[in-house]
Amino acid sequence: MELRSILATDCGSTTTKAILIEKIDGEFRLSVRGEAPTTVEAPFEDVTKGVLNAVMEVEELAGRKLLEGDNIITPRSGDEGVDIYISTSSAGGGLQMMVAGVVKGMTGESAERAALGAGSIVMDVLASNDGRKPHEKITRIRQLRPDMILLSGGIDGGTTKHVVELAEILAAANPKPRLGTNYKLPVIYAGNKNASDKIEETLGKITDLDLTENIRPVLERENLKPSRDKIHDLFMEHVMQQAPGYKKLMEWTDAPIMPTPGAVGALIEMVAQKENISVVGVDIGGATTDIFSVFQKQFNRTVSANLGMSYSICNVLAESGLSNVLRWVPFDIDEKELTNRIGNKMIRPTTVPQSLEELVIEQAIAREALRLSFIQHKAFAVNLKGVQKERTISDAFEQTDSGESLVDMMELDLLVGSGGVLSHAPRREQSARMLIDAFLPEGITQLAVDSIFMMPQLGVMANIEKEALAQDARTAAIEVFEKDCLIRLGTCIAPVGLSKPGATLLHAELTLSNGESQTHEIKFGDIVRIEVPYEKVNAKLTPGKGMDIGAGKNEPIETAIFGGVVGIVLDGRGRPLEISSDPNQRIADLKKWSEAVNEYPSLDGLG
Amino acid sequence: MAHAYTPGLKVLHETKINKERRLPLKGTVTVEQGTDITPDDIVAKTDLPGNVQMVNVANQLNIDADDVKEAMIVTEGTAVNKNEMIAETKGLFGLFKSNVIAPVDGTIEVISETTGQVVIREAPIPVEVDAYMSGTIKEVIPEEGVIIESEGVFIQGIFGIGGESRGSLEVVTDSREDEITEEMLSSELEGKIVVGGSFISLKAYKKAIQLKVAGIVVGGFNYFDLEDILGYTLGVAITGSEDLITSLIVTEGYGKIRMGSQTFDLLKEHHGKFASVNGATQIRAGVIRPEIVVPLSEDQLKGDHKDANASEGIQAGSLVRVIRAPYFGRMGKVKDLPSELRKMESETMVRVAIIEIDGENVEIPRANLEMVETD
Repeated sequence: MELRSILATDCGSTTTKAILIEKIDGEFRLSVRGEAPTTVEAPFEDVTKGVLNAVMEVEELAGRKLLEGDNIITPRSGDEGVDIYISTSSAGGGLQMMVAGVVKGMTGESAERAALGAGSIVMDVLASNDGRKPHEKITRIRQLRPDMILLSGGIDGGTTKHVVELAEILAAANPKPRLGTNYKLPVIYAGNKNASDKIEETLGKITDLDLTENIRPVLERENLKPSRDKIHDLFMEHVMQQAPGYKKLMEWTDAPIMPTPGAVGALIEMVAQKENISVVGVDIGGATTDIFSVFQKQFNRTVSANLGMSYSICNVLAESGLSNVLRWVPFDIDEKELTNRIGNKMIRPTTVPQSLEELVIEQAIAREALRLSFIQHKAFAVNLKGVQKERTISDAFEQTDSGESLVDMMELDLLVGSGGVLSHAPRREQSARMLIDAFLPEGITQLAVDSIFMMPQLGVMANIEKEALAQDARTAAIEVFEKDCLIRLGTCIAPVGLSKPGATLLHAELTLSNGESQTHEIKFGDIVRIEVPYEKVNAKLTPGKGMDIGAGKNEPIETAIFGGVVGIVLDGRGRPLEISSDPNQRIADLKKWSEAVNEYPSLDGLG
Repeated sequence: MAHAYTPGLKVLHETKINKERRLPLKGTVTVEQGTDITPDDIVAKTDLPGNVQMVNVANQLNIDADDVKEAMIVTEGTAVNKNEMIAETKGLFGLFKSNVIAPVDGTIEVISETTGQVVIREAPIPVEVDAYMSGTIKEVIPEEGVIIESEGVFIQGIFGIGGESRGSLEVVTDSREDEITEEMLSSELEGKIVVGGSFISLKAYKKAIQLKVAGIVVGGFNYFDLEDILGYTLGVAITGSEDLITSLIVTEGYGKIRMGSQTFDLLKEHHGKFASVNGATQIRAGVIRPEIVVPLSEDQLKGDHKDANASEGIQAGSLVRVIRAPYFGRMGKVKDLPSELRKMESETMVRVAIIEIDGENVEIPRANLEMVETD
């Protein structure tokens, strides 16, 4: 069957979004999109109602019939219906898991990586060496009521004692699943295969136990895929079955429903692999911030559960400290009044900034939420711990140990942002500034935003397993991702090194696609924005004395870079970025940087 | 007519109120359908499984896990007392014996030959659920709990701390603009629900706790003062489990904000009546707002009900409250709901409502409005 039209929905906790992708003139493009409130909670308690409403909007906009009564027409016949229908879901709080491993930094971390990669929220990591007494662990398991537990521990053939001990703790806690009381809690065992029988004996009766391959068969290697796949299967079989209306939804879809973040991760992994680049993707929501990265071909995902822009906005303030938020605010403001304002946003999470002052404050907090989430991500996205590496003499001098972060900002090629505060910022310049200030990219980095958050649906498309469709669906996902999903903001060029005010950090010679050449220079402490649309620009970049833009200190680079809706941003503020602690200087600097990229209308008179 | 859904807080002078009182685990319901009850009556009870202690017998006796069963002097299912011997080695010719004693009273649940651990479960923990408010048992949920129905005043706050509490209502300020000051609080207010106008300072609230006031209902409180009360910075608004003598219910928000006139007038009207309050707040999917319930007797009811769960969208003529700067805390009437997007000062494009505030028409994003549902 030739694939020509795909309908995809993403059932979020508040909104269900539907997109229709069609093959137009030989290429796949997003044709229309629609949305409707999600209907998982009372009074509707049936997710398919929201799906049908969103599809109805798509139907109207597309001007062709997609629904027959309460059914989506698949496969397509003539001008009616679609070839395939797929969906993701994060409604009902997403997939909440607890993971356990023998050593916290080894099998515990591998289990956490598998669960996060599958798109779940990890509520807690239990480990034999986590410092808690058995009864404390038991109390914790009982309190949390996860949707699923992943138990790992031990390399194949190693000692079984510790992992069986963990199983005994689970058995003593006799955990009950979060949703529904009529089924047993799903538990996945992915540890030392020699312990399988004992685990079965301990947990087989009281839980719905599933055995899969060891997550860490040998110390040097992780084997996450079998566990990730098993988590997806059980998510469909157990957790989704309990959520209102999902049984029906599962019958409709042509591929398994994926947890939303799992689908986003799958897409980012695919893009990084196809283009052979390093990517960081971030989705900042009201309650949580998700970060995905691919460095050295290794995928990682973290969820910062309480760093978000509405429900958990006060937690951003608590974790970063008021002074860190204030350093992004280009006017004086009474600190106590500011905390009350942020508190009021927490208790009325759906409000929007009407005044410019409110917008500036919200974007200041977003920078901190993103920065803190990225710190957590860097600490998690590391090489495997516990692995003996052959070391050279120079390594020995560097004193770096295994377990160092994979995240290398100089290596980063593409930074993609999504989530309300980034996607719906009134000016794209604001999104670019927030991404640059929070992530502090080094060297040459492309910036983009996913304006309508289409990545989840594209992620499922890229993972369709039906043989006849898989290849076409993958092509469609990539084509739509490149042409319709991303809004290319442009490229940030940030030299790294120590400098002093007035020194030249970079000399840039740019040749635009129409043949026009331009030269630009940045001095320490300045930002320069060059307006160039999304097109290829040949750049000859010469760093100032002692500076590095990716090829090493003082080494020039000739390469192709891309403009975008914001253009090319030369960031001469240095890395690490230091903001003056003198309020007057800070305000002057912030205003200067803001004006350089036309970030806000006039900031005069605020505060 | 243009219509928009905006979540609102309820301020209802007379409505049917249903309260579900459920056990955390299955147990026994102790009342029958149709029974009249008072707030302190127990409606359901159960036993939570006891805590678990794990004793590593193999380690303590320095023996292999496989040998633990042999060393045990009690079997699975046996009840043991604290300090009672549960395992002992044979020793050498009956000498140099070592033993393990039970760290708690409980029952031997598991003896593991793989890990050498013994699991002792402590006695069950009894849990009782009370009625919280007076009313009638409308429905019994077998083994789980009841639904209580009552009629009376139902008011929601925006944010609260502390769980359920009750007492008679005492309005201590003259107007909705006035603060509750330390001087207004005296020992006569012990066990009462104190109602004030726009604000309560940290000092005054602490005095209320000291005086064992049952609850405070007020327009505003400072966000940064919460830390002093809770002992931590409140990062997400999920409250209710704090162990506070005086529950706090804030009706408007953080800062000094006069209490909505409907709320203040209604509480004043019922000054002296017995109220049940709950500070528990959860601002996430499945939102829970703090509440004040004043059940009324039949002779106090006027008979003009409104369903507490009915929720209407805003439309021209609706009374709304602005919930974000620059008009934060102001009340107004909806004049119009234009359908096209409008550009705000922040350059955000939003759907707006035209609101009349003190005779002046202003444009406010619909997302920044809260319906005031009165009856």
